Amino acid sequence: MALKLYGTVSSDGTQRVQACLHEKEVDFEFISVNISAGEHKTPRFIARNPFGEVPALEDGDVTLFESRAITQYIANKYEGKGTDLIMKDPIQLAIQTVWMDTENQRFDQPFSKLIEAAIEGDRSGQDVRQYEKKLESVLDVYEQRLTESKYLAGDRFTLADLHHLPGMHFLRSTKAKGWFQGRPHVRAWAADILSRPAWVKVAAMSPW
Amino acid sequence: MAIKLYGATGSTASLRVRACLAEKDLDYEFVSVDMSNKEHKSPQFLSRNPFGQVPAFEDGDLKLFESRAITQYLAHTYADKGNDLIVKDPKKMAVVGVWIEVESQKFEPAGSKLAWELAIKPIFGMTTDDTVVEENEKKLEEVLDVYESRLSESKYLGGDSFTLADLHHLPVLKYLMGTKAKRLFDARPHVSVWAAEIQSRPAWVKAITA
Repeated sequence: MALKLYGTVSSDGTQRVQACLHEKEVDFEFISVNISAGEHKTPRFIARNPFGEVPALEDGDVTLFESRAITQYIANKYEGKGTDLIMKDPIQLAIQTVWMDTENQRFDQPFSKLIEAAIEGDRSGQDVRQYEKKLESVLDVYEQRLTESKYLAGDRFTLADLHHLPGMHFLRSTKAKGWFQGRPHVRAWAADILSRPAWVKVAAMSPW
Repeated sequence: MAIKLYGATGSTASLRVRACLAEKDLDYEFVSVDMSNKEHKSPQFLSRNPFGQVPAFEDGDLKLFESRAITQYLAHTYADKGNDLIVKDPKKMAVVGVWIEVESQKFEPAGSKLAWELAIKPIFGMTTDDTVVEENEKKLEEVLDVYESRLSESKYLGGDSFTLADLHHLPVLKYLMGTKAKRLFDARPHVSVWAAEIQSRPAWVKAITA
């Protein structure tokens, strides 16, 4: 039985999981959830994700939610297939986990606010500026990191980079081109990871 | 000593790592970072944590930051020491992974803002922002409603054993239980039992008494 991914083309969480599935060359069925019809709040969907959000993944008898839990499950389950997304050496894996948590705790929150503002229309310029500033200071740290390391976790592409794909894609397509100015390593890293064939497939369906 | 934790009392993130070290029964040196003198922004500290925040961590030559990355490193590396904080079966561990993410993505944002407003600000003589409190109590209630449902079918968040998915909540829980936000937990019987249980763990008691 193939994996079932419940999501939408505009959800960054769904995009994150799709990128992972494509990298691992795993077949899956994409089931579009009708958000505007409130499908994500139906009891049937809540049984898959009690927070009533996309994505959710069904793999036979187990259903998972939270995109970053799903990607880790897939990366581990299909080890040896497609791209290696997890460092094997325990020390390198510990470092990979640092940067995965950095994406989760520092990059994601301001990015989510910016994407919300873009989708729902600018509520207040001041609100957005606050999050832009936060994101800029995170990118400053990334700039420093990427001068010492080709990818966030080390010398190869891993989930630490992959988790950033929806966010970096969004930043690159927004009108505020200032993101990468003065941050040549972030710019080069973004160009590199966004050109990966697995991501190009996902980006083709993305609304921005 | 091989393991060093650079932290501050009152830092929930530092406490998260201390809880984990206690569960794993590991010896370590706690190095207090002088936040009031901005030691966390010094070049020396920034080389340990480029975000200039506590905690930072060392195990021999390995330097890490981000409390949840440190706990995961400890749980896996010292799997055969102290209490189990992860599970071996891959599908069961995937479910634990889901609830680790839930704490990080849903509980922490609302919970830590409430802890800051209701518990920490008063200590420093700062004024609580009631609007922020109301907003985040609402958000936390939505999360706790999901927890109530989950804990009615599962003894712990990740499954039938205590794991990182539960442990990661302890520091913020500790602060919230000393404030009016406690009522949000008390109002939900399964959440209430779970919260009491995990806070009574000997390792946690040790971590907060040290």
